[in-house]
Amino acid sequence: MNKSVILGTLTVAALSAGMASAQTVSDVQDRGTMNCGVTTGLVGFAAPDANGEWSGFDVAVCRAVAAAVLGDPSAVEFVPTTGKTRFTALASGEIDLLARNTTWTFTRDVDLKFEFVGINYYDGQGFMIPKELGVSSARELGGATVCIQTGTTTELNLADYFRKNNMEYTPVPIETNAEAQQQYLAGACDVYTTDASGLAATRAAFETPSDHVILPEIISKEPLGPLVRHGDNEWGDIARWTLNALIAAEEYGITSANIDELKEGTDSPEINRILGTEGNLGEMLGLDNEWAYRAIKANGNYGEIFAKNIGESTPIGLSRGLNAQWTDGGLMYAPPFR
Amino acid sequence: MSDLHAHSVAYVRESMLDQQPPPATETGVVKWMRSNLFSTIPNAILTLLALWALWSLLSGVAPWLLNGIWTAPSLSACREILDGATGGCFSVLTERWNQLLFGFQYPSELYWRPTLAFVLLFVAIAPVLFFNTFPRRMLIFTAIYPFLAYWLIWGGSILVPLLAAVGLVAGYFVYARFVAQSFAMGFFGGIVAAFVVWWITGFLPVEGILALTPVESRNMGGFMLNLILGSVCVSLSIPFGIALALGRQSRMPIIKWICVVFIEFIRGVPLITLLFVANVVLAYFLPPGTNFDLILRVIIMITMFASAYIAEVIRGGLAALPKGQYEAADSLGLDYPQAMRLIILPQALKISIPGIVNVAVGLFKDTTLVSVISMFDLVGMIRGPILASTEWNGVYWELLGFAALLFFVTCYGISQYSQWLERQLNTDRR
Repeated sequence: MNKSVILGTLTVAALSAGMASAQTVSDVQDRGTMNCGVTTGLVGFAAPDANGEWSGFDVAVCRAVAAAVLGDPSAVEFVPTTGKTRFTALASGEIDLLARNTTWTFTRDVDLKFEFVGINYYDGQGFMIPKELGVSSARELGGATVCIQTGTTTELNLADYFRKNNMEYTPVPIETNAEAQQQYLAGACDVYTTDASGLAATRAAFETPSDHVILPEIISKEPLGPLVRHGDNEWGDIARWTLNALIAAEEYGITSANIDELKEGTDSPEINRILGTEGNLGEMLGLDNEWAYRAIKANGNYGEIFAKNIGESTPIGLSRGLNAQWTDGGLMYAPPFR
Repeated sequence: MSDLHAHSVAYVRESMLDQQPPPATETGVVKWMRSNLFSTIPNAILTLLALWALWSLLSGVAPWLLNGIWTAPSLSACREILDGATGGCFSVLTERWNQLLFGFQYPSELYWRPTLAFVLLFVAIAPVLFFNTFPRRMLIFTAIYPFLAYWLIWGGSILVPLLAAVGLVAGYFVYARFVAQSFAMGFFGGIVAAFVVWWITGFLPVEGILALTPVESRNMGGFMLNLILGSVCVSLSIPFGIALALGRQSRMPIIKWICVVFIEFIRGVPLITLLFVANVVLAYFLPPGTNFDLILRVIIMITMFASAYIAEVIRGGLAALPKGQYEAADSLGLDYPQAMRLIILPQALKISIPGIVNVAVGLFKDTTLVSVISMFDLVGMIRGPILASTEWNGVYWELLGFAALLFFVTCYGISQYSQWLERQLNTDRR
């Protein structure tokens, strides 16, 4: 049984590893489900609920791609990965798409042979501080004790930032976010620094979140996005343009509420092309023309996904900031559907 | 003289006094407290300090336990109900108990299957653990149990575990046929035979025959996963450990060196490294799309790890036996397997019990390490999905306390059993 499989596969492995992934689309369609790598749990971004149903900001990307390719947003097999196992899972073909708040960096893109298909969240390192200290800007943090996770890029960013601004600080090294939360609340440090979305999620769990403020300065760039393997451009294109469709849908005002109405046909050629009533964009992707319609219908457009999972009305309460549409002064900018 | 005496002494007692109770300070609670708690001034000070420590601990924990909220839908709702008072938010346990026990992906309508397997586990191990109380015929069920439990927990066709059992039986027959000629020949012949049978039966169509709804390995989780890994790996590693310990003492150089290298290599590598190998490195060797069961990979790694340790514990037991025991066996004309089975191992294993139990308890707790390779055991469930949900982000004490309680109950049970077993087997010279 399984044992005989291993022996055979060990020899085949080397041969087939090279041509691992030229046909992910047909693999996914044959299988009937898409394997999507997510975190083992991050507030607002991906977590299963009491019934075991996954939901979250990253999960929505998986569901949109599954809806575009397979026509069913629930045809996703979620594969939880840790920070250590995520890249091997993708490289070995265990998952088809990794949507796990992964920062787009040069080495991950080039050296690890992955293909980032876009950015679904612009994150960056921020500071949280108790309100009673009366600090309103990171430039007033001179002499502070700072809780910081060891061995991360945040440590280096912090040192750079304080040196650049000629300020002193005392680091309090901690291991995990949970530990940081306790240390910070116990007053072991004045300031806690990590990614701004993480700060917001941590603050949301406090007994009185309003006693703490997140300072406006963001001191590093952490563009998070979904990624696929190098070398399968058809699959990469589908993931990239599904994400773009979600972003463009917000820009053009296509929501899950009015999408059926707009699908009847509108005066806007761009909307018509996205929804497949004009042109043949879907065929070019190797899908049918309703792919984007299904992707948007699955969870709504980018703005709706944001508002539902991490937006200001949720306990996490992130404002759009950099993640607003370019028309609203943000960085979300989908290339034209043409 | 007696007359004189009677007149010269003022008072003579003519009857015995009734027995008096001892003075209040020398009896009952007071005496116990005096001798145990306040016998000297330093002891009295220590007692008072201990009482104060107990009081401050209890006054912190008791309201937290008693004021606990069991029905709120989220942490913020808990805090609203408590309104500043101290109290635990145990509603996370009432809402997510099933995820803590079975993982979040095991279908809820099938919970009866692992539960039944868990109950049957006690029936299966009872004749092994309490060999004097239960009839030996129950051992038949013990032999069937692993296959039954696999079928119950994973589902699928009953033929899969049946054929696995057939392979083992075939291996046993080959072993029994050749063991009279040479132990090593029987042993390895048996292993080869089992693999041959498995390989052949691997081609049989088994789909859908007497099938339960199949549940994939990646859907296993919670405390169930810890129990599966713990019980399977402990029970597998004891026979492997015995084989390795005997192999290490063997006079055949190749077998001896294989065993030595295996034991020393595995003992020199941290378990977590082996788990990463199981999860990450093997994935590179397998062709894309093949998914060689993750739980099976982890079981193999943990079993290898535990058997290396158990082998060394048993080697200690073997070394503790006086040389006369081996010579006595030889002088009776027993061959190697007989001598081992009848004389050496019963004594060596008895000496090794505390060590084996120590490894077993440690191994059971080590199963929580699988949470770092994204398997959702009890700790993985807590650290990942539950703490990451918007409702329960921030509940630490209640969840981890619950996990500690489950592990404590299990490990304390194992440890109590081993002490009982030592008393049962205590025939010896100490």
